Amino acid sequence: MAKAARASADAVIRVRDLTVGFGDHTVLKEADLDVYRGEILGFVGGSGSGKSVMLRTIIGLLPKRAGKIEVFGTDLSAVEEEERQAIERRWGVLFQNGALFSSLTVLENLQFPVREYLDLSQRLLDELAMAKLEMVGLGPDVGYKYPSELSGGMTKRVALARALALDPEIVFLDEPTSGLDPIGAGDFDNLISTLQRTLGLTVFMVTHDLDSLHTVCDRIAVLVDGKVIEQGPMETMLASQHPWLKSYFHGKRSRVNEKRRGG
Amino acid sequence: MSETELLKSTTDGERLMLAAAGAWTAEHARELEPLIDEQSRQRRAIRRVDIDMGAVEKLDTFGAWLLERLVRAWKGRGIDAKVVRLSDDYRVLVDEVRGVNLKGEPPPAMPPFEMAMASIGRATAEIGHACLAMAHMLGAVTAALARVTVKPAAFRLTSMVHHLDDVGWRAVPIVLLITFLIGCIIAQQGIFHFRKFGADIFVVDMVGILVLREIGVLIVCVMVAGRSGSAYTAELGAMKMREEIDALRTMGFDPIEVLVLPRVIALIIAVPVLTFIGSMAALYGGGLVAWLYGGIDPDIFLSRLKEAISIEHFKVGLIKAPFMALVIGVVACVQGLEVKGSAESLGQQTTASVVQSIFLVIVLDGIFAMFFASIGM
Repeated sequence: MAKAARASADAVIRVRDLTVGFGDHTVLKEADLDVYRGEILGFVGGSGSGKSVMLRTIIGLLPKRAGKIEVFGTDLSAVEEEERQAIERRWGVLFQNGALFSSLTVLENLQFPVREYLDLSQRLLDELAMAKLEMVGLGPDVGYKYPSELSGGMTKRVALARALALDPEIVFLDEPTSGLDPIGAGDFDNLISTLQRTLGLTVFMVTHDLDSLHTVCDRIAVLVDGKVIEQGPMETMLASQHPWLKSYFHGKRSRVNEKRRGG
Repeated sequence: MSETELLKSTTDGERLMLAAAGAWTAEHARELEPLIDEQSRQRRAIRRVDIDMGAVEKLDTFGAWLLERLVRAWKGRGIDAKVVRLSDDYRVLVDEVRGVNLKGEPPPAMPPFEMAMASIGRATAEIGHACLAMAHMLGAVTAALARVTVKPAAFRLTSMVHHLDDVGWRAVPIVLLITFLIGCIIAQQGIFHFRKFGADIFVVDMVGILVLREIGVLIVCVMVAGRSGSAYTAELGAMKMREEIDALRTMGFDPIEVLVLPRVIALIIAVPVLTFIGSMAALYGGGLVAWLYGGIDPDIFLSRLKEAISIEHFKVGLIKAPFMALVIGVVACVQGLEVKGSAESLGQQTTASVVQSIFLVIVLDGIFAMFFASIGM
């Protein structure tokens, strides 16, 4: 597969011995993680296990206690503010609840990061925002609405379009399909994988959705007790003997048993 | 990379050849856009256009869209534009962009004059709406009060005490300070100007009557509207945004009874108390300045005060206080429940809450002035 070929050995995100905590509670304990160029990585773990903490630490919203985070081969704690901003421009983030600016219209939300960083004509800004909107599967009429007028699925799509506004190389998705119905979630999964192929993105996706893991993720990383205990494709996960992984992937809600019976 | 020419054109008879190079990305979109527009405005007789993308190192959505814009501009003139030597890596993206923005222009905005008229109309309708909403809230609060009177167990005493602490007890220091200063200023101004007529002593009459009848209650109400009214609006607004009020309703609670009534009653209790405290502080401040600045001995000040004011003046101030508290509370709660989903609307309603309640407090004060004058108080 072309996708697998592109996912060569170069890791765009390399996390080593990352320790993060609040007060005397340590959430991540010397966790290691690699995300390779051009792949969709699903990041799983129990509720409250620190998946979002990992994501927020990588993008710099939470301070780390120890360890090293390299993005595009650059150690983020060692760089100047300016270089850091240049790197931040190369990633986009989809927050769990969208985090759209409620006082701006959808179109203005999409144009906001572009307007800040690039000096483009209003016509081009409008056309690009409309193009992005259409690429995430929404009609032009949505552009003039305010975030409070959108449904949950539309909010996620607009938030994804905003994360993609500057054509980033990496997108971080925090539970992109949570709160969507199975059909909507499936559509969103397809959208992510289409956009990933079209734009050559690297996707880091925190998720709980077993369907997403099965259908779109190239690799899966598992966080248990503050450590990444397993990284690899679905087959590795299914073959693992770790008790948490067994109950996660072979539990009542998994599709594995059904599939085996069916085919 | 910026040295490489992003778009170069050569003509061969009726054939225009455009050679793209370099990075067609967001960083270069600004330079690229005029180049694209210049090419699509070419006026020469051209039958065919070839766009050679072979030398493009990088292409993102920005570049792909500009390429598409160029192609569409030629197509619009009936000339076939072909994209050649496009790298396979970017073909998917270019194909994807080919399908977008075909639905035509967005609906045209309203002409400025009509927009201005529309906004005047909307503002007028909003005034009517605000009056209705207030009447509705007043009715709902009265109904809730009636229900609680019949069934006192339903009254949220804890909540009311909590709000009383917030809007009453915690407001005492600032109310003391402000009214004290206002008392000082009135006395100082009075002495300064009355002295010209040798009427220093009448400053006591002025301070006494002004503070007890008007200034005490007005200053306190302005303070309370800014301090507690805005807090009520913001609290209720945030609850509305987070669907907490809907949650209450689905559990069978009446938000008016649970949220609004305790707040309004807390204000109705707190404002008269604060008015009393504030009036005393203002009299104290006035007396102090009269003594230190005007040389009026405290004993003389007090005996003069006894002659100048009667219990009527004191009553006039205090009778007004609970009504003004009701107005502030009702306006604040109405505005809080009007908050829509956005952060901006929370700000707008909080502003409206403070402005409307101060305005209505002053209007009410005027009405009371006429009322008391006609009954001779």
